[in-house]
Amino acid sequence: MINKIVNSLQEAVSDIFDGATVMISGFGEAGSPIELIHALIDHGAKNLTVVSNNTGNGHVGLAALIENRQVSKMICSFPRTAQSVVFPEIYCKGEIELELVPQGTLAERIRAGGAGIPAFYTPTSVNTPLAEGKEVREFGGRQYVMEYGLKADFALVKCKTADRYGNLLYNKTARNFGPVMCMASKSAIVQSSEIAEAGDIDPEIVVTPGIFVSKVVHIPNPVSENILLKEQRRYP
Amino acid sequence: MSNEIKEWSREEMARMIAEDIPDGAYVNLGIGMPELVANYIPEGREAIFHTENGLLGIGPSPSAGQEDDELINAGKRPVTAIKGASFFHHADSFAMVRGGHIDICVLGAFQVSEKGDLANWSTGEPDAIPAVGGAMDLVEGVSTIYVITQHTTKSGEPKIVENCTYPLTGKGVVTRIYTNYAVMDVTPEGLKVIKMVPGITSQYLTENTAAGLKFN
Repeated sequence: MINKIVNSLQEAVSDIFDGATVMISGFGEAGSPIELIHALIDHGAKNLTVVSNNTGNGHVGLAALIENRQVSKMICSFPRTAQSVVFPEIYCKGEIELELVPQGTLAERIRAGGAGIPAFYTPTSVNTPLAEGKEVREFGGRQYVMEYGLKADFALVKCKTADRYGNLLYNKTARNFGPVMCMASKSAIVQSSEIAEAGDIDPEIVVTPGIFVSKVVHIPNPVSENILLKEQRRYP
Repeated sequence: MSNEIKEWSREEMARMIAEDIPDGAYVNLGIGMPELVANYIPEGREAIFHTENGLLGIGPSPSAGQEDDELINAGKRPVTAIKGASFFHHADSFAMVRGGHIDICVLGAFQVSEKGDLANWSTGEPDAIPAVGGAMDLVEGVSTIYVITQHTTKSGEPKIVENCTYPLTGKGVVTRIYTNYAVMDVTPEGLKVIKMVPGITSQYLTENTAAGLKFN
């Protein structure tokens, strides 16, 4: 019998190894799998390459993972936000590598990685510093930049509802990068606030089909990053 | 001279842009000043607002206490969803952008050139942490790009220039510029002033612009 539901956060992240590439869902606080990230901090895997839109806020979640010096490289579109304090400090010391990718290119690189497309051409970033050193090709009189698909060893994703097959539903704008990150990773690890009985999710509305998911852990009341920030919490 | 000019406020600039958005348009608003545009869509017109983090159909800001951490805009501020809204993942969201499905995008600027080049993501300073977000995707994917910006910097330097000195977001991408002094179209012949704030002279506007201007 297929049952992707695991019993603990510890078990969910147990396979993550030193040097792994890990995609982490979320756009700001929306969709950030804080409990899974904190479990990865407890687990301790180091020298990670993390793919995520931002670099975390305050001293919790992704920011705490970076602060704990488990991340050697960030691939993201917007590393500085109003509440991002950890990444700027470590980056300015030259102690973390940054690959800056336009947001739509990041999403498409992940989608392509998950869909078996090694590279593609996009008009985004043509004639800008972010296209330097990249192949440029003309199609129909317009210039396009070649970008590579992105794959990962693991994805950490937050969703609203999951079943034992790994079929997923998301909540509003917390969906963001979750579906494409599940596709692009060898092992997608998902925290879900609700577990549905197999068959209770209408197949017509499944957002991520279970084939893209490896493990699901039930986190009924996920913490709010905003509340952790207001309380000036740190992890660990 | 400058004492006599009553500059357009941010709200008046936003209102002028809103009046230029046709009924039925799909519109992406950048972070900050562009967000004001949503407040001024004329009655009887319907525009659908897109946010690149996965929502088509942004509604009014939620009232205090009604905010939802998982319903936010590109500026990471809480929003609401209108009836008839849809949610989607990031690759679909940027397919809407890059695929030419969004009609109009309104963005802020550090500099705009007379050829329609836009610089709005990095000052290029060596100690600055670069962050680009979705700006480069929007300028290449959306055919009508409106820029809303102050005409000069706080220290009085022109932001409308012959050539951008900051790193570009996109080349030849801007359609129209709305500032506190004037509205200008980017044309193959250069910048054409189509509207000026009452009380301003073309000489004053020219003196505060580092690019050639054409007047009617």
